Amino acid sequence: MIEVEKLSKVYGRIPAVSDVSFSVAKGEILGFLGPNGAGKTTTMRILTGYMPATSGRATVAGYDIFKQSLEARRHIGYLPETVPLYPEMSPRNYLQFMGKIRGLDSRTRRARIDDVADKCKIGDVLDRLIGKLSKGYRQRVGLAQALLGDPDVLILDEPTVGLDPRQIVETRQVIKNLAGAHTVILSTHILPEVSMTCERVIVINRGRIAADDTPENLQRRMQGADEIEVDVRGPSEAVQAALRGIPQVTKVHERRDGAESHVFMVECELGTDVRELIASTIVERGWGLRELRPRSVSLEEIFVQLVTAEPSTA
Amino acid sequence: MVRNILAVAEREIRSYFVSPVAWVVTAMFIAMWGFLFGIIIPGSREANLRPVLSNFSVTFLLAGPLLTMRLLAEESRTGTLELLLTQPLREVELVLGKYLGAVFFLVVMLVATLYFPILLEAFGNPDEGPMVAGYIGVLLQGMAFLAIGLMASSLTQNQIIAAVVTFVSLLMLWLSDALSRILGGTAASVAQYVSITKRFEDMPRGILDTKDIVFFLSIIVACLFITTQIVAARRWR
Repeated sequence: MIEVEKLSKVYGRIPAVSDVSFSVAKGEILGFLGPNGAGKTTTMRILTGYMPATSGRATVAGYDIFKQSLEARRHIGYLPETVPLYPEMSPRNYLQFMGKIRGLDSRTRRARIDDVADKCKIGDVLDRLIGKLSKGYRQRVGLAQALLGDPDVLILDEPTVGLDPRQIVETRQVIKNLAGAHTVILSTHILPEVSMTCERVIVINRGRIAADDTPENLQRRMQGADEIEVDVRGPSEAVQAALRGIPQVTKVHERRDGAESHVFMVECELGTDVRELIASTIVERGWGLRELRPRSVSLEEIFVQLVTAEPSTA
Repeated sequence: MVRNILAVAEREIRSYFVSPVAWVVTAMFIAMWGFLFGIIIPGSREANLRPVLSNFSVTFLLAGPLLTMRLLAEESRTGTLELLLTQPLREVELVLGKYLGAVFFLVVMLVATLYFPILLEAFGNPDEGPMVAGYIGVLLQGMAFLAIGLMASSLTQNQIIAAVVTFVSLLMLWLSDALSRILGGTAASVAQYVSITKRFEDMPRGILDTKDIVFFLSIIVACLFITTQIVAARRWR
């Protein structure tokens, strides 16, 4: 449904997004996770046709977003980071207006407005002024707007930011229910948020994709169940057996069979650090320990920022 | 195409009429025009709208910026422009819709002054031709001012900046006739050519010169075209 190839965006001389490639299947919910300023919003703005990429290609619903922008935009519902609303209008008039621009006839408009008002739980404020609504309602009016045209692709930039905990739960539920019928990309800087709503996560840091995985795997990695890469000079079978002998180690497999040494990936239990144990196990048996390191240092660094950003929602 | 333009225009008009700014501006201008009418007509003791309409056109130097400063600057500031530009909506539809909304408001303001000719008809025997031509002139001139204001509004997120840029541009066009008297040669004829005062002068006398009409229409078309390009250029920054 969405194909992105080597997308880059440079502001002046500052790269905001570098060489980003990914694809999203129909009906999938993809989370963009990353600290503020990582390039999430820029990527979304490029996908929605608001700004061009410096280089690279992207298609949405089969339409090139640069060459067939108008067609691509017809298939996208977009909720920008600052919810774009007209405070002097009522949600009903606002949705009527957006519906007209999306080319819906008046009967479809009425039906769709009822539908999205119901989905986003804004039915009781439809005729009040948007300017008088609470932040939570405004956010949901914005979401209703994105859903209005029943688009194939939904792009939601931080859809739960600024909501209270109960509203966050409700909004996540609304988004979750969209899976299957809609393809969704949502961005957030809160790790628990993706694990609750998304099937897949792309971690972006400094404009680059740092990881592309399921939330479960990411969560596991973040909590320290990371793999440790061990480079040992010694008999492969015996080393593996010895490593498995360490109680906290859950899995060992050989990744590379070098000429002189073997590289093993060692997975261990949550919250344990077995590096010293591994080292002593190997050295005690007289094998040569050439290297020992956790595999994803860069991810850890990002997660520190992610987790400290909003620990209260965890 | 047309449906999108009308949708944008309709939203614009609704916004005008729910904002107090629009009502205050309308009320003040109608009061000001009534005041001008009230002092000029008894003073000249003539059933002739020409001096009133000439003064009208001065007040438009102020009304133009006030009616247009919000149009695109506000959308850009609040982020709704980002929303509109990511919808299946062409830039030209957005610009024409905005313009149409502003023109509608101008027409409403002018309609509110139609009691002037009615009063003249009731108590005097005015020439109808010059009055009709005068109103067409005021409308054309006002529409040109709005197009210039819309263009200024597309350049910034700040309404004050948009208003100031519009006001100064209009004032310069307004004063360029006076400027032409100081200048010599080609510069003088250019200044003369773009002078709104000069273009407008004959209309309340009942002379609708094609050249003058074309002049105002070309200002409108040029400004709307440039505005569309400016809005589209955001996409390519």
